[in-house]
Amino acid sequence: MLFGFEWDLSSPLAFALSILPMLGTGMLVTIQAAVLGFALALVLGLVWAVLKSAPLRVIAWPAAVVTEFLRDTPLLVQLFFLYYVLPEYGIVLPAFMTGALALGLQYSAYTAEVYRAGLQAVPRGQHEAALALNLPPTRKFTHIVIPQAVPRIVPAMGNYLVSIMKDVPVLSVVTVLEMLNVARIIGDRTFDYLIPLSMVGAIYLIMTLVASAGVRALDTYLPKEGIPLK
Amino acid sequence: MSDPIIRFDNVVKRFGDHTVLDRLNFTVNRGEKVTIIGPSGSGKSTVLRILMTLEGIEGGVVHVGGEPLWHEADGVTPASEAHLRKKRGEMGMVFQQFNLFPHMTVLRNITEAPVRVLGLPKAEAKARAEELLELVGLTEHMSKFPHQLSGGQQQRVAIARALAMRPSILLFDEPTSALDPELVGEVLGVIRRLAEEHDLTMLLVTHEMRFAREVSDRVVFFDQGRIREEGAPEEIFTDPTEERTREFLKATLEA
Repeated sequence: MLFGFEWDLSSPLAFALSILPMLGTGMLVTIQAAVLGFALALVLGLVWAVLKSAPLRVIAWPAAVVTEFLRDTPLLVQLFFLYYVLPEYGIVLPAFMTGALALGLQYSAYTAEVYRAGLQAVPRGQHEAALALNLPPTRKFTHIVIPQAVPRIVPAMGNYLVSIMKDVPVLSVVTVLEMLNVARIIGDRTFDYLIPLSMVGAIYLIMTLVASAGVRALDTYLPKEGIPLK
Repeated sequence: MSDPIIRFDNVVKRFGDHTVLDRLNFTVNRGEKVTIIGPSGSGKSTVLRILMTLEGIEGGVVHVGGEPLWHEADGVTPASEAHLRKKRGEMGMVFQQFNLFPHMTVLRNITEAPVRVLGLPKAEAKARAEELLELVGLTEHMSKFPHQLSGGQQQRVAIARALAMRPSILLFDEPTSALDPELVGEVLGVIRRLAEEHDLTMLLVTHEMRFAREVSDRVVFFDQGRIREEGAPEEIFTDPTEERTREFLKATLEA
């Protein structure tokens, strides 16, 4: 029994059907971790991008060092650090929160680059024209820069969304009951790993296909008329 | 009767070690059409970019409309953003690369700033835009996007966009240099009409010598960050006094 559901070992099909609700519970955790981590990465990445492009070196430099560090050390190392080291300093977060935070931190370093590239792809002349017309800086940002940067950013962000979903199983090592961890527990208890693990693979495939389709739909829906996209 | 609307007093501009403007003194009178010619790198575009506040200055004072541009009224304190905004509002600029907003229609390109900056009601901004599009001969392209237009048409939209802000000074930074040769004429035609029919002060940087000769009240020859020679177009083009001017004109006219 797991999460209040019983498995049925009478036939492979019955087994598969009986563990589906358990895997479903794990899938929800996986989706929550991915969505929360991605949301954090989207916000924090923009913060990094803005800091890194700051004219003051005392601001730009530390931001560059931090993002470089986040990008070039393994997710698992960062996760262990947050999970085992932070509590020593009195910061105790639930395993799930720690996991989502680790995902968000690492991916914020990637999204920062996407933002930076997207913002830099808006030509200087656009900024100069906006200035010459006296458009207020906020208006310039929201109506000239962002609409031209977003269509360049969305496809790359979509790739990171899929990628972050696929990294969620790493959280199983800090006891988060995401889908793969659930499947492993089922295998440990029933001595049948083939069916639960295959189902995890299949569900993952469906989730990433849906996510990719969603990103493509968003991409198609975004107004792009006139914006030169290579 | 001289009534300077633009005045450069000993203006110095450097990019690193390179001195672009070397204590430049230069005036443009109200309503005057002045063309700046000269070899590339001589600082002619920089003059326009300083006026439009796209570049700062390292020394001297620039006056626009009787007030310092980069300084507050005392001529010493660096200008506040509010002061720069106010001075910018007196000028319009047409760029070499047009710099239209690619994701906005022609109409929106022209009405965006009048609505957002001047606070014009949308209907009024649209009416003004339609008038200007008629002036530049593009009424039927109002709802198109810039990429659907030729370079010459885009530049005419850019002129309309600058005019929509009702500037008293219009700056043209090599407005035809990015155009295919067969499209140059239509843009020069619009500028010529503006020069003839409006009392705008116009400052043009161009390599179109024949055009400069026809439309300007005065031609200024820039060389190495200084004015080498200036005068009526007839003098400069037919009988320049400076050897350097002679060489430059000879080289350009032969090309």
